[in-house]
Amino acid sequence: MKTVTALLRKELLVELRTLESVPGMSLFAVTVFVIFHFALNKTGVNGDEASGILWVTLLLAAMLGINRLFVADAEDGGFDGFLLAPVDRSALLVAKALALLSYLVVLELIAVPAFALLLLEPSLGPALPDLPGVLALGDLGIALIGTLVAAIAVRTRARDLLGPLLALPLLVPVVLGAARATAPLLTLTHQTEPSLRWPLMLALYDLVFGLIAYAVFDFLLED
Amino acid sequence: MAALELEDLTRLYGEREALAGVSLSLQPGQTLVVLGPNGAGKTTLLRVLATLLRPHSGKVRVLGRSLPDEAWAVRGRVGLLGHEPLLYRELTASENLRFHARLHGVGMERVQELLEAVGMAARAAEPVRTLSRGMVQRVATARALLHDPELLLLDEPRANLDPAGAELVEPLIGPASGRTRVVCSHNPEADLDGADLVLGLRSGRPALLANPAALNGTEIKDLYT
Repeated sequence: MKTVTALLRKELLVELRTLESVPGMSLFAVTVFVIFHFALNKTGVNGDEASGILWVTLLLAAMLGINRLFVADAEDGGFDGFLLAPVDRSALLVAKALALLSYLVVLELIAVPAFALLLLEPSLGPALPDLPGVLALGDLGIALIGTLVAAIAVRTRARDLLGPLLALPLLVPVVLGAARATAPLLTLTHQTEPSLRWPLMLALYDLVFGLIAYAVFDFLLED
Repeated sequence: MAALELEDLTRLYGEREALAGVSLSLQPGQTLVVLGPNGAGKTTLLRVLATLLRPHSGKVRVLGRSLPDEAWAVRGRVGLLGHEPLLYRELTASENLRFHARLHGVGMERVQELLEAVGMAARAAEPVRTLSRGMVQRVATARALLHDPELLLLDEPRANLDPAGAELVEPLIGPASGRTRVVCSHNPEADLDGADLVLGLRSGRPALLANPAALNGTEIKDLYT
């Protein structure tokens, strides 16, 4: 736990100093919503359409953070520094996933109100009791898969290309589950009863990928 | 028990042999100086000993533990000072050392002690990216010594250091440190002083393995031609 705390503290400190990930992710998401606002030429979107736009935008914004997740370590030799220490290597997975999760939370604190303002037809208020739970499940999946993929991609020369190419197919079930779970919350009438099916599917996918990431992460760090 | 025991160590990069047929033994407290031209395999040897690279064949025992199987037991007992300082450029010298101290379970008083020892206490609150290369090398030296390693792996440790800086770090990483040391060098005149064994590498293969007292200048010169 001490190792995770040390790594997470370092991670957040580096982001705070460089502001390389969160501002870029947030600006990207807001810009995409502005583009949709003008391109769709509608008063607003709701239901499946709204949910799809929200989650695809969040996913693509997350990719910017995923691509940057291990860059400081690769460029400054942080990998070697960590590998020389007598610590459990999965601590790096946990710390990086928690860092990415925190970036996603900050992103959503900015992007979701911007989405409501620019695109969403119904009011966001009625969705609020359930929306944070769905966002959290989606974020967890993105953080776990993103960390795993970033660890693979960062050691290759084509990391900017390889990251999205590996991550996007693996994240399709996350976006599918999250978008389906979110859609009933963003309808005009709010009469559609949210089903537990999609949140449960998301939770299961998160669990499976959490276990896979834990099992293989050590090998990814090996020479 | 020997601090280092290598028997026919081989390490490949793809098809290319970066190291081949390296065998030697080094006792605790002794110094091995590794010489050779660029690309001879000196850095690869250090990275294998630091557990960062796996040996592909041969027997490697570091501090009594077999690599790669017991690499976990070697980590934390080895200090590596290589070409890369292993410091985050955006963090201050102090933040970097505190981070590494936490990873190694070392108290924060050791950070201050080492910052003073390398003459960087006054600049400890400045981001590493703003420091000169010599200063970064001094902080990296402190980083390598934080956990009081038994074995020091030094890749041109005086690179970028001015005479004053080199003098400051000498008691910490030089022969007087009392640690077992492996020093890769391009400066035989300076580094052979205090050496117990000299390994000369050429294209990854040992071209020379001798006690420094038995060497004449020609053998070393031949390594680079």
